[in-house]
Amino acid sequence: MIVAERKPIEEIKKMLAPYKKILIAGCGTCVAVCMAGGEKEVGIIASLLRMAFKMDGREVEMGEITVERQCDKEFIQPLADRIKEYDAILSTACGVGVQFMAEHYDTIPVFPALNTKFMGSNEGEGYWKERCQACNACVLGETGGVCPVTICAKGLLNGPCGGTNKGKCEVDKEKDCAWTLIYRKCEHLNQLDKIREIFPPRKYSLSTKPGKLLHEAYLKEEEQ
Amino acid sequence: MARTFKEALQSGDFVITAEVGPPKGTNIEEMLHHIDLLKDKVDALNVTDNQSSVMRISSLAVAHLIKEKGGEPILQMTCRDRNRLALQSDLLSAHILDIHNVLCLTGDYITVGDHIDAKPVFDLDSVQLIQTVRSLEKGKDLGGNDLNKPVEFCVGAIVTPEADPLEPQLLKFEKKVKAGAEFFQTQAIYDLNKFKDFMQYARKFNKKIMAGIVLLVSAGMAKYMNANVPGIFVPQDLIEEMSSAPKGKGLDKGIEIAGRMIKQLKDEKVCDGVHIMAIGKEGVVPQILSAAGIQK
Repeated sequence: MIVAERKPIEEIKKMLAPYKKILIAGCGTCVAVCMAGGEKEVGIIASLLRMAFKMDGREVEMGEITVERQCDKEFIQPLADRIKEYDAILSTACGVGVQFMAEHYDTIPVFPALNTKFMGSNEGEGYWKERCQACNACVLGETGGVCPVTICAKGLLNGPCGGTNKGKCEVDKEKDCAWTLIYRKCEHLNQLDKIREIFPPRKYSLSTKPGKLLHEAYLKEEEQ
Repeated sequence: MARTFKEALQSGDFVITAEVGPPKGTNIEEMLHHIDLLKDKVDALNVTDNQSSVMRISSLAVAHLIKEKGGEPILQMTCRDRNRLALQSDLLSAHILDIHNVLCLTGDYITVGDHIDAKPVFDLDSVQLIQTVRSLEKGKDLGGNDLNKPVEFCVGAIVTPEADPLEPQLLKFEKKVKAGAEFFQTQAIYDLNKFKDFMQYARKFNKKIMAGIVLLVSAGMAKYMNANVPGIFVPQDLIEEMSSAPKGKGLDKGIEIAGRMIKQLKDEKVCDGVHIMAIGKEGVVPQILSAAGIQK
């Protein structure tokens, strides 16, 4: 899932300074799960902003609405009538949702309430860890299911650097060294031969931005 | 130097290298002094590449200065700051400047240095960089394109004999051998018995191994490295020996210890040479060599 974190309320307040009618639009999927931008957090942000604006002596009208996913037309189209009543949208979606809303509703400014952090897993209550870089060339089958591109700070494909110590990373002693994990896992699976091979340089052409994907079932006949 | 580093390695002599760290800023007086002092006393001088991720004069420029002064440089190249275009371009540049020794390194991460918000590159890793040099020697770049004339290099890499855990480091060491490294300079070693165990393993790959000697200047430095520098373990008896030095004589004691270690490595033919890192104290390298009984 996509993991995000709310921006400081002061920063949000500053972005919204020129506006008097603001719709806070929540997103009910990833950012709801990571407790940053779901219906509950929309309510919290609205309360914090109300207090902040009040202390500044400003009258601001605020609306709240949360849709299932802001990255899907089906879910944001029904907002059209509601949006007409406002002069700005504060989206609590990830960067995908914010852009999708901004593109779809192009007559009204859309602001991000969150900083989008990474694609990751839920490790425990309130704890998420990055797991994937979307490199478009997955090597997990060769590396014991541990991603060297993501878990190694340097993204090294051919073993650890000299900075690793006692299984931890030189960048952050709290973080595990990816290559210690990979080595141990491959040893356990009796697959060390896989990582003895030299991996060639990564093909960055495969991840030229922005990525796009059209499912083959939806290709037009002439494109097939 | 009368002979190239490659010739020195092939001669079977006990090979000595030391290190020059380019400064931050354009005053190179002190560095030039160190180059003059060391260039004829060692077989080659490593030039570090933005060491510790701190921005400085480039290793290529300083390697060129060493060459101009008649010394033999080993160009250190890390993968941190340059992508494959820039690395290959600099390898071609090194060749035309008559620099023919390169040490291929991963490089420290950006955030340990003085430009923590810079983009970390790591387009290649150290194994792939070694392969890249070998490919350029065959007249092909990484894009598969022909060079109008190939490069020639003596290619080295590093290894940490006392890494914890050791096995993943050895996996990488073996990949570096496979990729075409001819010589290895090790992370600092202090426990000669442990190093002998490593050499017993490393010997079978038939590559030149130079033991890393980092000059101790105080017991505090030894303890600091034990706590903070990966792969460095100064044994307790050496820490005590450093502590025993009278006040203000720590450096002399460090020189004595480094000299003694080098002498033992040489006399017992433990390895093929030493790489002396007298970080910030390059001026005392000749004294270390004297203490080791080595005269050039």
